[in-house]
Amino acid sequence: MNTASRTNGGVGLKVKGLCKSFASLEVLRDINLEVKPGEIFVLMGPSGSGKSVLLRHLVGLEVPDAGEILLDGQAIQGEGVLSGYRLAMVFQSGGLLNSLSVGENIGLYLSEHRLKSPEEIERIVAEKLDVVGLRGTENKMPSELSGGMRKRAAIARALVIEPQLILYDEPTSELDPLSSVVVAEEIVRLNDRIGVTSLVVSHDRQLAFGIADRIAVIHEGQIVTVGAAKEVEQSTDPLVKEFLSAGYKRATT
Amino acid sequence: MFQNIGEMVVLFWRTLMALPLTWRQRGKVFDQLFEIGNASLLMVCILSFFIGGVIALQTGPVLVERGLASAVGGVVGIAICKELSPVLMAVLIAGRIGSAMAAEIGSMRVYQEIDALRTMNISPIHYLVLPRLVAIATALPMLVIFSILVAWLGGALVCLSNDRIAISFASYFMNLNDVVAIKDVANGVFKSFVFALIIGVVSCQQGLITRGGPRGIGRSVTKAVVNSIVLIVILDYILTRVLLR
Ligand SMILES: Nc1ncnc2c1ncn2[C@@H]1O[C@H](COP(=O)(O)OP(=O)(O)O)[C@@H](O)[C@H]1O
Ligand SMILES: [Mg+2]
Repeated sequence: MNTASRTNGGVGLKVKGLCKSFASLEVLRDINLEVKPGEIFVLMGPSGSGKSVLLRHLVGLEVPDAGEILLDGQAIQGEGVLSGYRLAMVFQSGGLLNSLSVGENIGLYLSEHRLKSPEEIERIVAEKLDVVGLRGTENKMPSELSGGMRKRAAIARALVIEPQLILYDEPTSELDPLSSVVVAEEIVRLNDRIGVTSLVVSHDRQLAFGIADRIAVIHEGQIVTVGAAKEVEQSTDPLVKEFLSAGYKRATT
Repeated sequence: MFQNIGEMVVLFWRTLMALPLTWRQRGKVFDQLFEIGNASLLMVCILSFFIGGVIALQTGPVLVERGLASAVGGVVGIAICKELSPVLMAVLIAGRIGSAMAAEIGSMRVYQEIDALRTMNISPIHYLVLPRLVAIATALPMLVIFSILVAWLGGALVCLSNDRIAISFASYFMNLNDVVAIKDVANGVFKSFVFALIIGVVSCQQGLITRGGPRGIGRSVTKAVVNSIVLIVILDYILTRVLLR
């Protein structure tokens, strides 16, 4: 597998007219989106707006009712297209296998596909753990890690794939502010280092404006605005304004 | 339960197609075998001993009263190896191992571990279902052979010690040896092999279609066990009819 495109660097992603319903619930309505190779694209939106469902479509975990998803112009529904690119997804909860140690989790892709010898896998795992600041945790079980560490381990597991497109589902939710910053820096560093295309889904405004090349806002399954961070910040769309300016107000008597 | 049968057949077929990969997954097969043996050997032993005992207790006095003391060993022997050991061990393993399979795969489903596998291009069938199915299909027939031997022994002890039966070890086993052919044991072991496939496929399939959080896992486990047992009993009749000739 994965012989089609061993070139490094990011892959471009295009979503055209994507629709998806679960029973009578319309979750995605005519999503159009373009993520350019090598950019960090942040998709923001309130909970339940369909962000995770959209990501699941991009890695083939859901089948669209209508519309197309293109990687470098090729529809992913086509035979062998999806497995021809190296994609990685960092799940909201990490998605680490609880029955395996952290090291086994991170090396899983290489060991299951027999891409490297055990010694080499060990070396690569140690190296990737180092990259995300988790050196020496190989033999811990995922349940022994904190939420932030689990998420960083999940990022390390994604790195092993040497992805051309990496999808992050709410990378900073459930994290304390310090860990959030670490994860955000990690996303940017990766993008700089291997030129991977990054699509980040989040409702964390600070994260979005901190790292994004471009931002889209999704609301009830529709993209309401797309643009560079500055443009989105100055958008006059009432939905966008409401989402971006929501804050805690203390009732004054 | 019957709407899943189509999906179960597909899952079984795809697992069969993956059989050549068993050697690659041997580590996981051994893990599962160990798990099964570890979890059930003692229970199989106790259960089988008492099953043999109770069958001897039920049939022994009736036969002895009618002057058929010499037939007790054969009756107990046949009942155990052709029917009781295969079916009851299958039910035991459905409860002990099938439930664990459904729970484990179900929680992997709910906590997105299976999605993670799929995004890494790792097939859940190769990674999860194949080793479990191979392990249970190997382990259950072996447990049943063990169970048959223990149950025969249990029957013998009851025949010896109960004063309404009072048959010696020698005459019990002589009669058993006369009546029970290797074919009868093979018959029971073959049935248990089919039951093992049923437990494995039903439980893995229920695990894989789990949805809706921890409650969903509970539901899958219950369905895995109940559906396995129902299918085992139905298939037991069909197989017995076919093997009877
Ligand atoms: N497999 C599913 N079956 C039915 N409804 C679903 C499923 N997955 C998601 N949904 C629904 O789709 C909507 C969007 O979900 P999601 O994409 O997870 O939102 P978020 O933007 O918070 O990630 C929610 O209303 C959710 O209940
Ligand atoms: Mg979500």
